Amino acid sequence: MKMRNLIIIAFRNLFRNKRRTILTSSLIAFGVVLVVVFGGLAISFKSQMIGILTNTAMGDLQIHRKGYVESIDNQPLHLTLSGTELADVEKMLNGMPEVASYSPRIKFGAMISNYAQTSNIRLSAVYPEMENRTVSELIKRIKGQITSPDEFLKPGEILVPENLMKGLSLKIGDEIVLVATNKDGSVNAVTLRIAAVMENVFGPSGKDGYIHIQDGQTLLRMDQPEIVEIAVHLQKFDRLNGVFEQLMKESDQPESSIEVHTWEQLSPFSSITRIVDLLILVVKFILISIVLVSILNIMTMSVYERISEIGTIAAIGTPPSRILSLFLIEGFAIGLLSTFGGIVIGIGTLSLMNLTRIDFTFGQMDISLAPGIPAGEVFWIAVIVMFVSLFAGFHPAYKASKMEPVDALGHV
Amino acid sequence: MINYDIIQKLVTFFGIIEGKLMSLIHLENIEKVYDTGEIPVQALRSINLEIQTKTFVSFIGPSGSGKTTLLNIIGCLDKPTDGKVFVNNIDVGMLNRAESAVFRAKTIGFVFQNFNLIPVLTVYENVEYPLLMLGRIPLKERRSRVLRLLEKVGMTDQKDKYPNKISGGQKQRVAVARALVTNPQIVLADEPTANLDHTSAFKIISIMHEMTNEFGTTFIFSTHDPKIVGEAEILYTLEDGAIVNTEQRKAV
Repeated sequence: MKMRNLIIIAFRNLFRNKRRTILTSSLIAFGVVLVVVFGGLAISFKSQMIGILTNTAMGDLQIHRKGYVESIDNQPLHLTLSGTELADVEKMLNGMPEVASYSPRIKFGAMISNYAQTSNIRLSAVYPEMENRTVSELIKRIKGQITSPDEFLKPGEILVPENLMKGLSLKIGDEIVLVATNKDGSVNAVTLRIAAVMENVFGPSGKDGYIHIQDGQTLLRMDQPEIVEIAVHLQKFDRLNGVFEQLMKESDQPESSIEVHTWEQLSPFSSITRIVDLLILVVKFILISIVLVSILNIMTMSVYERISEIGTIAAIGTPPSRILSLFLIEGFAIGLLSTFGGIVIGIGTLSLMNLTRIDFTFGQMDISLAPGIPAGEVFWIAVIVMFVSLFAGFHPAYKASKMEPVDALGHV
Repeated sequence: MINYDIIQKLVTFFGIIEGKLMSLIHLENIEKVYDTGEIPVQALRSINLEIQTKTFVSFIGPSGSGKTTLLNIIGCLDKPTDGKVFVNNIDVGMLNRAESAVFRAKTIGFVFQNFNLIPVLTVYENVEYPLLMLGRIPLKERRSRVLRLLEKVGMTDQKDKYPNKISGGQKQRVAVARALVTNPQIVLADEPTANLDHTSAFKIISIMHEMTNEFGTTFIFSTHDPKIVGEAEILYTLEDGAIVNTEQRKAV
């Protein structure tokens, strides 16, 4: 018997008990819709989160002198890149077409004083133009008059974090004093004017401020910039792993003095993305359970209702392998129809959400979800449901194929 | 897969040379015991039987006399507890389940008391189904065979209907067409008229007669309906699992 005939019979059998088939298919389709819609929302949320994290402060990748990340909490100033080392790294980055921009930074800790009170502050001394090109969302976190994004800082100016502004009762235009110890242990101070307020993406917390790299050099008494960190922004985020591997190869050379980390390795918030992935996985497991139970149930009922019929088709010459195929196709067909329906409804729902857009605030982040699901993800959902449908239908189908015709014919 | 055609030709060839070719159906000392509970039930006892080709045979007897069991064993649906069954010179006891299925598809047609048509297939498709089991029969030939049989049983105008839309008599006519569509040498019918009225029952028996004459098929049916018993050429009476009487009648 040709497969086409088996498929026709299997489909007709499915519609013998329309209500039951429709109920089961609806349940499976609902599971698929759940995975598609939840997956679309979660993937969109995750990519927005990653985008905000990488484009606001971290960059996609960071390069440091070897050993820096291990002691990052101490912000050591002796682990820097300067002179030929810095030139070599810049040459390497300039030679990589995937790299859109990079921003060298001097990161250090200092004391900030309003002449009456003092507090501590973490500072990034940056080239404003390079920083703006590398972390383009940073400008959105600055509250104050900025003439141009590429000149959000000028020499003699400082961006002070929100909670320090409140804690030290500062306002834009005030003068503050920064006191810092350089790598040799000598202390120096500079006076700077507050140009704007820095807002933290996760709410009014953190003590990260920005100054111009020239002021950083002056404060730390550096003859030339001694760069602690280079943030790298890629043309396409999905090339991250490729670029990371390429840079790792360079850093693994014995003569290399650099180490490379992705945003994920450096940010504690990368765990949020892992939680999102875990949630997607949980929803997929729920889907698998729904499909498994539904198909096992409907196919078992179907076999027990049709024992006499199985006996008839066996008696008139249907080999056990074809009886097995017939029932497997029935289970598979339910999975196929439900998956198709679920994917269509799921993608339709995502498209509607896309039209209306979902806007909300997470911390200080304005998130506007434009949910969508990659074709590969949809493909794998379909493959999982098909496979589980076949798996779930196997036991009832096997049972049907093993029935003795004489026993089955005698069944009432 | 065993090629029964070749085996059959070889068996026939050597049988003719040795001069001891068996009948179409040859049963030797058949015993059947059902071990269903504490007490084993002896369904068939020492059955020895020879049925020739192109005959119209009936098994009669009261309920529980072993008619259906005997038909099941001849039809390779069941195996005897003891004894040998040769159908068309093949020792069917040696066949496994898959081989039995292929053998049945090629050699035996079945007509059941409850018609047993497949409810999701139309009348045409029900008759076509056994041909699909044989495989490699071109669509044109399948169509011609099915339509011819439907015409013979007077069901051409009902061919697109599903079984739930036709009467019991019509269902059994379709079942006869389905049993004959593969040109089997044997058709086994278990109480084929039990669920039919008198007119329909005679119509079915009459069709079976015509088919025996036209296709040379051996029809074997069980019944306890005295009205149609007289239609058989050879009548075997069963009681308590044993053949107690054999009556050879003139061809009807």
